[in-house]
Amino acid sequence: MNSELAEHSQFKDAETGQFNPKSLIIWPLSQLFRFIEWPMKRIQNLLGLGTMPYIFLLPNLCFFGLFVVLPLFVNFAFSLTGGTNLYLDERAFTGTEQYAFLLDCGNYADPLSCREDRFWKGLFNTAIFITLQLTFLVLFSLITALVLNKKIRARGFFRSVYFFPVLLSPVVVALIWKWILLRDGILNAWLVELSFDKILFFVSPAWAMFWAIFISIWAHMGFYTLIILAGLQAIPPDLYEAAEMDGTKQERIFWRITLPLLWPNLLVVIVLALIKGVQTFDEVFVLTGGGPGTATQFIVQYIYNTGFTNQIQNFGLAAAASVILGVVLFALTMFQLAATRWKDNG
Amino acid sequence: MLKKLRRILTAGSVAMAVWATPLFAETQLRMTWYNDGIEGEVMRSLLDRFEAQNSDIKVTLDVVPYKSIMESLPVQLAAGDGPDIARVTDLGGLSKYYMDLRPHLSDAGYWEKSFGPFLKWLRQPGDTSAISGFMTQLTVTGPYVNKTLFEQAEVPMPGKGATWDDWAKASKQVADKLEIPIPMAWDRSGHRVSGPAIAMGAKMFDGSGEPALIDEGLKRMTQRLYDWHQQGIMAKELWGSVSGSTYLGANEDFTNAQVVMYMSGSWQIPQFAKNIGDAFDWWAVPAPCGPAACTGMPGGAALVAMKDTKHPEEVAKLMDWLAQEENLAEFYGRTLFIPGHLGLAEKGVDFDTEDPRAKHALETFAGAVPGISPTAFDLQGYVYNRVMFNALISRLNEAIMGELTLDQAYKRMEQDIQQQIAEKKRGS
Repeated sequence: MNSELAEHSQFKDAETGQFNPKSLIIWPLSQLFRFIEWPMKRIQNLLGLGTMPYIFLLPNLCFFGLFVVLPLFVNFAFSLTGGTNLYLDERAFTGTEQYAFLLDCGNYADPLSCREDRFWKGLFNTAIFITLQLTFLVLFSLITALVLNKKIRARGFFRSVYFFPVLLSPVVVALIWKWILLRDGILNAWLVELSFDKILFFVSPAWAMFWAIFISIWAHMGFYTLIILAGLQAIPPDLYEAAEMDGTKQERIFWRITLPLLWPNLLVVIVLALIKGVQTFDEVFVLTGGGPGTATQFIVQYIYNTGFTNQIQNFGLAAAASVILGVVLFALTMFQLAATRWKDNG
Repeated sequence: MLKKLRRILTAGSVAMAVWATPLFAETQLRMTWYNDGIEGEVMRSLLDRFEAQNSDIKVTLDVVPYKSIMESLPVQLAAGDGPDIARVTDLGGLSKYYMDLRPHLSDAGYWEKSFGPFLKWLRQPGDTSAISGFMTQLTVTGPYVNKTLFEQAEVPMPGKGATWDDWAKASKQVADKLEIPIPMAWDRSGHRVSGPAIAMGAKMFDGSGEPALIDEGLKRMTQRLYDWHQQGIMAKELWGSVSGSTYLGANEDFTNAQVVMYMSGSWQIPQFAKNIGDAFDWWAVPAPCGPAACTGMPGGAALVAMKDTKHPEEVAKLMDWLAQEENLAEFYGRTLFIPGHLGLAEKGVDFDTEDPRAKHALETFAGAVPGISPTAFDLQGYVYNRVMFNALISRLNEAIMGELTLDQAYKRMEQDIQQQIAEKKRGS
């Protein structure tokens, strides 16, 4: 077979004249490039060299436009319509009615005074969740990264252990913890073993929120620890050596060297975790189903319920809530950019 | 080398063409299905027999989770990308996607005679004649009790005509004596609450047939449910541990003897027979009474043909074959489902079980059908009944968990129903 192929010059090695297995890949590619070379040259001649980067970006931009930008516009268009028909041209135009419905409140601090109380409860729950989750997530990730940056025994093992939950699917994470926390789960079995009463974790709003936050931190901490660890390793060691030679206390080193130089990484962690926190859905949905009551029902679950689980699938209202969520996320992203620029400008 | 490759490709193409010819000649139908028990296996065996008799039709049975039937199937149908046939429980809600089988049926009278009262559940409002499918099972909601626990606790089981209060009291006594964690559990479903609410006098509709969920009858039942949760007769962890209208069953807790009395329905019989067996005496009891009636809710699942099918003739042929009395007798008998075929209901079905508990449960639920309140039938046939069920269960749950008062919950239920139905009407 090889000798048969080697009879063809395109499969021969130029130096040895023997069959070259790599040529099986190289030859078709070279044919492809030869095929597109002529049109690319024509385009370059026609549009000029400066336009070529955009031509190369065009395929990617097409995909991005089709699967990201276009759905954004379609979603916005849906938010201006009502009814239950799926196709946009069959839906009734309602203008800003869906937004007015969502934002109709007697007192914005009290969800029960709002016409769509569940939307506001979802927003409030999300705000509580991200405030606590973000604070502790950044804190624990920082502490873990600082420890893993030291020369401790089995450092590689611990780095893997902390990263391992990140690899798990959110549904798997939630199911594992649900089995641990149920009335007859492992944790309650231990409590009974230690002569305590069983705790019904999913009946108490406080416990349910606690576990939603705890599990979210446990599942995602590894990723953020890794970012902070990379930042720590990028700090020049001679700064620490100079500080040690000056007899600077560890606490002062942390506040004056580590933290300021780590700040760009921390900012990335804060913004990424914030955006991820706002989008939280799958883990908590599987873990608590949004309960007890509506104690852990977040904004994304509200959108999902409104658009899909109700008998009357209210796509317009769900789309309007999505647009509001999108605006919040956009504001957070702008905040990241502004904060980065502010930091860069001293 | 290249000649050899050309020869191989040519031979391959010819072989593919020869192999594919019969595939093009036969009609492929897709049936979307979900399982409560073994009915998927039974349907597959019936389909195999149909295929043997009709070699030009092949039927693929897509078994999906029940959640997909409720959430994904409506979107598929709205997008015109649904199956040819599906097993559904939102009978009226999806009726605009159903096909009228009449033009393709040789004997539409048989369908009218056999499925008469249930056919209207599948029709769109105003339609009085379409035939779109048949009930794969008729269900009746009602309670099961763990009779063994009653015997062990030496608490007498309330007899015929007992009220919900009698049962709640007795279940609590049993649970307290034997330290059973949950005296009484109900499926977390508005459908399950509606039967007892009607028994308490709930009318569900106003004089003009529009939904009117909140009245004194409904309040009597919801107040009890609220109190039972606060008193520990019902466990908050079942209804309270999720939000919105999410369905949760207590079947596993009942199977594990953690529940004294379990309000569910006839569809649990096959799995209780399989999973509990003779571990304890699980006993179906007649629907407890209220001042207005002793009723559960009817319901069930239907097999319906979809109008977007590209093969209406073949779909009708299959539906007609499956709906024949002898085939349905086998289906109901093997699955232990209450027949949704009037002829079989009258003659009786030879249920494929030797379990005395299962037989007793089937007799109890089948016997409950004549006593079902007309209001319950009207509610089951109402096209937006799930809007009412979902508003009821989600807002009542928020009251039970202390987020709303009962009065606030009633107001929210009414608002939810009005808003959703208005949204539906706006688009149609």
